[in-house]
Amino acid sequence: MAARRATKKLTAPKKELLKYYRDMLLIRRFEEKAGQLYGMGLIGGFCHLYIGQEAVVVGLESVAMDGDKRITTYRDHGHMLVCGMDANGVMAELTGRIGGYSKGKGGSMHMFSKERDFYGGHGIVGANVPLGAGLAFSDMYKGNRNVTFTYFGDGAANQGQVYETYNMAELWKLPVIFVIENNQYAMGTSVKRATKSSSFWERGTAFSIPGEQVDGMDVLAVRAAGQKAVKHCRDGKGPYILEIMTYRYRGHSMSDPAKYRTRDEVQKIREERDAIEQVRGRLLDAGATEAELKAIDKDIKDIVNASADFARESPEPDPAELWTDITVSA
Amino acid sequence: MATEILMPALSPTMEEGTLAKWLVKEGDSVSAGDIMAEIETDKATMEFEAADDGVVGRILVAEGTEAVKVNTPIAVIVEEGESASDIEAPAAPVAAQEAEEIPSTPEVVVDGPPAQPTVDRAPDYPEGTEMVSTTVRDALRDAIAEEMRADDTVFIMGEEVAEYQGAYKITQGILEEFGARRVIDTPITEHGFAGLGVGASWGGLKPIVEFMTWNFAMQAIDHIINSAAKTLYMSGGQMGSPIVFRGPNGAAARVAAQHSQDYAAWYASVPGLKVAQPFSAADAKGLLKTAIRDPNPVVFLENEILYGRAFDVPKLDDFTIPFGKARVWREGSDVTLVSWGIGMSHTLEAADELAMDGISAEIIDIRTLRPLDMETVIESVKKTNRCVTVEEAWPVASMSDHIGSEIMREAFDYLDAPVLKCTGKDVPMPYAANLERLALTSVKEVIDAVRAVTYR
Repeated sequence: MAARRATKKLTAPKKELLKYYRDMLLIRRFEEKAGQLYGMGLIGGFCHLYIGQEAVVVGLESVAMDGDKRITTYRDHGHMLVCGMDANGVMAELTGRIGGYSKGKGGSMHMFSKERDFYGGHGIVGANVPLGAGLAFSDMYKGNRNVTFTYFGDGAANQGQVYETYNMAELWKLPVIFVIENNQYAMGTSVKRATKSSSFWERGTAFSIPGEQVDGMDVLAVRAAGQKAVKHCRDGKGPYILEIMTYRYRGHSMSDPAKYRTRDEVQKIREERDAIEQVRGRLLDAGATEAELKAIDKDIKDIVNASADFARESPEPDPAELWTDITVSA
Repeated sequence: MATEILMPALSPTMEEGTLAKWLVKEGDSVSAGDIMAEIETDKATMEFEAADDGVVGRILVAEGTEAVKVNTPIAVIVEEGESASDIEAPAAPVAAQEAEEIPSTPEVVVDGPPAQPTVDRAPDYPEGTEMVSTTVRDALRDAIAEEMRADDTVFIMGEEVAEYQGAYKITQGILEEFGARRVIDTPITEHGFAGLGVGASWGGLKPIVEFMTWNFAMQAIDHIINSAAKTLYMSGGQMGSPIVFRGPNGAAARVAAQHSQDYAAWYASVPGLKVAQPFSAADAKGLLKTAIRDPNPVVFLENEILYGRAFDVPKLDDFTIPFGKARVWREGSDVTLVSWGIGMSHTLEAADELAMDGISAEIIDIRTLRPLDMETVIESVKKTNRCVTVEEAWPVASMSDHIGSEIMREAFDYLDAPVLKCTGKDVPMPYAANLERLALTSVKEVIDAVRAVTYR
């Protein structure tokens, strides 16, 4: 793993740490529950879990302001939960019910919330990158200071359209932060079996886009890098690349036998570098009590269980929904 | 409280599996994420993780058991402090209930969308309107300029649209009037700028994305279809894509296979898109203005050969034509000719020749392929009892095929002859002048088809 170890110097007030702990835990418990519902046949198709990568989106959301936009790939549940979308609506979309964000018509990979400036949830690897630059273009056109967080993986980072987008983004100084969530496996292909490049952020230098590699298991390191990137964009200096070194504990999707890596590799990262455990340690150092953290755990468990109940009880969409939302009436 | 662990479905198609190996035993503590068992699915051996913290209270299915149905209880987890002996006998019906809860496919058969409202029969503009002879090129430019004047969120981007004034001069003078903020030259990056345009449409703008030709849009087709056309549906109606993709489509002259494809049927087959393929300058103008205002993604198929052709265009401050409204160019009684785009050239010429032989053709320009005004076509076929379609695209899975099948469905009893189609030939476009002529449809082919269906 090329990322730096958690920087001991980084600290944050207890109140802030509590929020990160809570947000990351919400993602993890939600995803575990989704995995469970998938196993029970309540969630179908493809379901990609974010477990292990929680610090990436939690760290970056902590530097977002009102009106900032975000767009990501199909591994999108965590992004939705942290940008303020309702857990019930997300879980009910996973089960394909009318109470879901897309009325059950999008599923795990295709969810949106215009209200929360969440622009998907995209199933085509790499396609969300120019789409994110287009969102940033709309903010530049309107002359506001908003930025767009455009998340993609190390797999997508080898797609041609990413580089078409880098070229235009720097040419037109678009306020877009390209967030490469480098979890080191494009489905089952490790980074070193897919490219001879030693890093992804450095490819931006060919287009004059600055960037850096960040320890994605340390939410404070992600936050610090995010602050820098956001400032660069809001100052009108154009795009910025964050290559965030992270790790997914689960398979690529639910039907991944994970034969491309060892169990020890996963276990080692879980034990030594887990993002939630790191924040938990910092919280205990900052004087938080076990009881305080346990209360959060319980709270999160209740939210997640309620979302699962909602997602099972919400009815399937009415058959008439088959024919709605194809076009908007002019 | 004891929680039953059920045999998981580990792939979209798995119904049962083999419990290959337990990695925990009764009495072991487990944390969420710990691997409990290895399960063989129909595809692979998978690890099965604990979803919650607890203690393995009881293992219900021994390792090595084959054909364990999904949702069968395989173990019981108890909370720390509880003992396995607290567990009552596992209630098998739990699994059954669970299975019942999985809703089945609704039995209601929905075989088509709700009926469309009756089409608009009003003329496109009031009688007596002053007409100005205008080329298709200028009509398109006027449409873009008028809409850009009316709405600051409209902008145009593409290769050579600004300083070069348009590869085919459609955007002549647009940069001078609207400036570089709204008239944007792109690098040669179809895939990238099509995606960027769709993103901008979600951000509240109304992009006009020009493809130098539609042939190059094959590099961008993922964004036209997966990103633009499908998002409204996938978002449950939250997010539409108000964007126009436009440019010349189909054969020009002697540019051969890679530059000569007509994409009518490709895009017309996609729910979520609207597709226009105008012939006249008035239609080009009125439909493009409508396209720019439309809240949906529109594919606007122009034609290089038609760009320089002049037609009368009504002199009106704000002339628009609704989508889904065919234009009856000429009324007739012996045969219905259905065409669009440059196919109309052959059609009109053929009809003139046929008229001299006393064959009266009704000519319908459908103008927009999606939505498609079949009602006007069907009404006409009920009157003439014969139909020939004319287009330049390939014959297999063509718009003509679709129109023919709709006529069969709606007006079979009225037909006195099979519906015939005049199309491009089923070959890549050749370069040699004589072969190119043979590859396209022609006035003669239209006349021959009409003679065949009228038996004259």
